Amino acid sequence: MEVEKLVNKTIKIAIASGKGGTGKTLIATSMFYAIQENFKNSVLVDCDAEEPNSVLFFKANLQRSVEVVQKVPVIDTDKCTFCGKCHDYCAYNAIFIIPPSRIIKVIEELCHGCGACSVACEYDAITEKDMEVGRVNVFVSNEGFNIIEARMKNGVMTPVPVIKAAHKYTVDKQVVIMDSPPGTSCPFIQTVVEADYVILVTEPTPFGLSDLKQSVNTLKTMNKNYGVIINRAGLGDKKIFDYLKSEDIDLLAEIPFDKEIAVLYSNGNIVAAHNDKIKILFANLFESILERYGNSSN
Amino acid sequence: MKIAITSNGKELNSNVDPRFGRCSYFVIYDTESKSHEFFENPNKNAENGAGPASVQFVADKGVSKIVSGEFGMKIKSLLDSLKIQMIVIKDPVKTIQDIIDMLNK
Repeated sequence: MEVEKLVNKTIKIAIASGKGGTGKTLIATSMFYAIQENFKNSVLVDCDAEEPNSVLFFKANLQRSVEVVQKVPVIDTDKCTFCGKCHDYCAYNAIFIIPPSRIIKVIEELCHGCGACSVACEYDAITEKDMEVGRVNVFVSNEGFNIIEARMKNGVMTPVPVIKAAHKYTVDKQVVIMDSPPGTSCPFIQTVVEADYVILVTEPTPFGLSDLKQSVNTLKTMNKNYGVIINRAGLGDKKIFDYLKSEDIDLLAEIPFDKEIAVLYSNGNIVAAHNDKIKILFANLFESILERYGNSSN
Repeated sequence: MKIAITSNGKELNSNVDPRFGRCSYFVIYDTESKSHEFFENPNKNAENGAGPASVQFVADKGVSKIVSGEFGMKIKSLLDSLKIQMIVIKDPVKTIQDIIDMLNK
């Protein structure tokens, strides 16, 4: 493929999966590594904010760390009439109220910062303050690779605001590779919503298939382009292949169930840095996705 | 004095529900009148914050003690500020009647 044709194209690719432990980070780190020769203006974003680990695979230095905050309500008990309307508006049980005892409290860990309570209050008793919900950490590796990490604060209800904030640091990059959180709930949505293309990583097992179906159904409702990589190919059964065929879903690649790959990865290595076959596979796969789904910037 | 007991069912021979916030039923027992009343827990399947919402539910009924198997970490400070005492039952096969007998001893 002629790389020259691709230099003006930009793309955001999310590496996601329904099931956890299928190899998202293995594929995200390897693909990111494999494209460095031709696409230096790229960034790997670890959106798995509940336990980010992509940066561990690189010898990287923290350049800056930015606090992410969320609004939480503060209730002025002098102005509060204990009418309970803020409690009724709250979908997360974050306002605790016992009117006869004139007790009202905000349970900050449960607050999603939606602001509904402020709207509900007719007595001007609710103001808002900032609460730290996590950080966005910006790294550069010894080789000059850019890595961004969304890291939520322990005990916070949702990683969504931190993932949202991390996306803001990718604007000047030609290529954005996102390591998504597992599952198909809000953290996944917040990651893939930014993507031009989603790579779903799965394995040929009943769990892998069941969760793949959920991911596919979710992406369909979001009108996203996607394809599937089957990791640990050779394990399990053929049902996943039948499913892909019947749904006419692109099978992008198969990563074999291979001891060498497992040993490399479990020792904290980027597989593509030590295995040329894998490196070439991901470089080519990336370029074909960029060609088909990239945005022309001019 | 009113006491809340978490229950698996709505009979006196039902077992104590080991979970506080997401228990099936609350029994409110009055030690003076020796009467009891069962309430289905409206927060049983709450997505978030079942614990605090259940504290609110039983506090509204005027209880000063709660008997259950386990209390979540978000509610300790709430119960302290409401001066409601937590009583932890380690033996989950106790029935509601067993607990009422113990309270009357």
